Amino acid sequence: MRWLFEPGLFANGSVRTALVLGALVAVVSAVVGIFTVLRGQSFAGHALTDVATAGGAAASLAVVSPLFGFIGAGVLGAGAMDAIGVQRVKDRDVATGVVLGAATGLSALFLYLITLSTSTTGSTQSILFGSVFSVEPSTLPDAAVLGLLVLAGLTFIRRPLLMSSISPELAGARGIRVRWVGLGFMVMLAVAVGLSAIVIGSILSTALLIGPPASTLKVASRLSRAVALAGVLGVFATWLGVILAYDSYYWFASRRGLPVSFFVVVLVMLEFVIASAYTRWRRVHVATLRRAPREEDGRS
Amino acid sequence: MTNAWISGTIVAILAAAVGFFVVLRGSAFAAHAIPNGAFAGAAGANLVGVNPLVGLVVFALAAAFGIGVTSRRTRSDVATALALVLMLALGAAFLATSNDYEPAVNALLFGEILGVSSNEILPVALLAALCVMGLLVLYRPLLLSSIAPDLSVAKGVNVALLDVAFLVIVALSSALAVPVVGALLTFSLTIGPPAAARLVSSRPHRALALSVVFSLATLWAAIACSYWTNFPIGFFVGTMSALVYVVVRVVVALTSSVRTHGRVDIAVPNLTL
Repeated sequence: MRWLFEPGLFANGSVRTALVLGALVAVVSAVVGIFTVLRGQSFAGHALTDVATAGGAAASLAVVSPLFGFIGAGVLGAGAMDAIGVQRVKDRDVATGVVLGAATGLSALFLYLITLSTSTTGSTQSILFGSVFSVEPSTLPDAAVLGLLVLAGLTFIRRPLLMSSISPELAGARGIRVRWVGLGFMVMLAVAVGLSAIVIGSILSTALLIGPPASTLKVASRLSRAVALAGVLGVFATWLGVILAYDSYYWFASRRGLPVSFFVVVLVMLEFVIASAYTRWRRVHVATLRRAPREEDGRS
Repeated sequence: MTNAWISGTIVAILAAAVGFFVVLRGSAFAAHAIPNGAFAGAAGANLVGVNPLVGLVVFALAAAFGIGVTSRRTRSDVATALALVLMLALGAAFLATSNDYEPAVNALLFGEILGVSSNEILPVALLAALCVMGLLVLYRPLLLSSIAPDLSVAKGVNVALLDVAFLVIVALSSALAVPVVGALLTFSLTIGPPAAARLVSSRPHRALALSVVFSLATLWAAIACSYWTNFPIGFFVGTMSALVYVVVRVVVALTSSVRTHGRVDIAVPNLTL
């Protein structure tokens, strides 16, 4: 615990790892999140974090690499959701729910077995809520490769994906295989979400997947701009959140800091509130601007 | 053990009834988010030193209203995700600042049905009665607006208000279920059995009754298995709820001569409201 009392924030290894990995995950989440929000799959995006978490718990029982557990379970969960039915909107809801319910049941078992086999405390909370400060720096190369793979895959299918997200009928008529594009996206979503669940925990995984893209889509309408802005918002919230969480150790006499997830979520919510307010202000403002010349015309 | 059976039965019946509408309305995400919000409330109540049930109810209601109000301007799944994340973050902050030890957290997440005490049953029963009454009052408009939203608007139903009212019922029922089966598993009972029941019957009353039957069977079996094996009840509730759905779906697919893709539309009931 000596690093707590070191003077320099950026001299701290944990903080540096957190900043680098956090930024990586924030960017990947933002890009995947734009499509998730457009497709109305926030529920699946969130459910897959819980599925991935169950996989992480299983991996720590089976002494496999946790990254493998998180991402393997996520991809399996995405496949199960697709098999039960993700095509129709209301079926999607049930399919996601059934898979999520089963996954939480399995997590309950795995976490129980973990507490039986080891006497370490705090494993439930760290698995469920995660902490960027506890991420091993050795995760970085694997995480970077996976993140880049997801980004490359999305770039590859962005056109058919965008079209089938906005109008499945039109996309089908144009010869796009909507079903396969959808399944491909689910797999990428699972990998992205599993990656962020292991790096920053399940709360932040959903927060960064949905928050910045939802704020962005209120403001920007072009895909490239939306993706860029969402990335910026996500990285900003993550970095400021990590720094505030680090500082918060010194705020209370008890030397008990607030978690990173708390700060990042509050920042993400603030961004959303500001984006919503800006949209409303712009709507009113633009309306009055348009009305003004007409009144002048009337007078002259 | 008797307490576990009584409180478990109450929770199972209520989850099945509420879940029937959750599945019908496609509001599974809200049904997942609200119990998690309630979990944060329990953590907060521990911190401040109030009765956990108060924290559960207050936070579940806050989540319900938050989702209901934000949904008017934003897509409802986005609103739900944001509300969920905010609640969980608050919960994490409460846990970080309090001295809760891990078993207490586990109990809230995964339930501690065998630890329900006799004086906890009365508030649970009262809240459950309140929820059932709410459902009875809203039964027809809820059914209509779930199946044919356009028609219910034409009939003069205030859909936005109905939506919030329904979320309030979901909130109260999750608040009482969280201490019994836990935040994560409340959701499993709300989705699996009702979704399975819906596959079997297209008539609302029958599907609702069947949903209660499936839910009770799941929970009773889960309590028994948990008692014998000593494994956490959450494991059995979660996996059995999903299993009920999968088994029913396979059976329906094998037996039905008409290919419906395993999905039967609920018939629109008598339309006089």
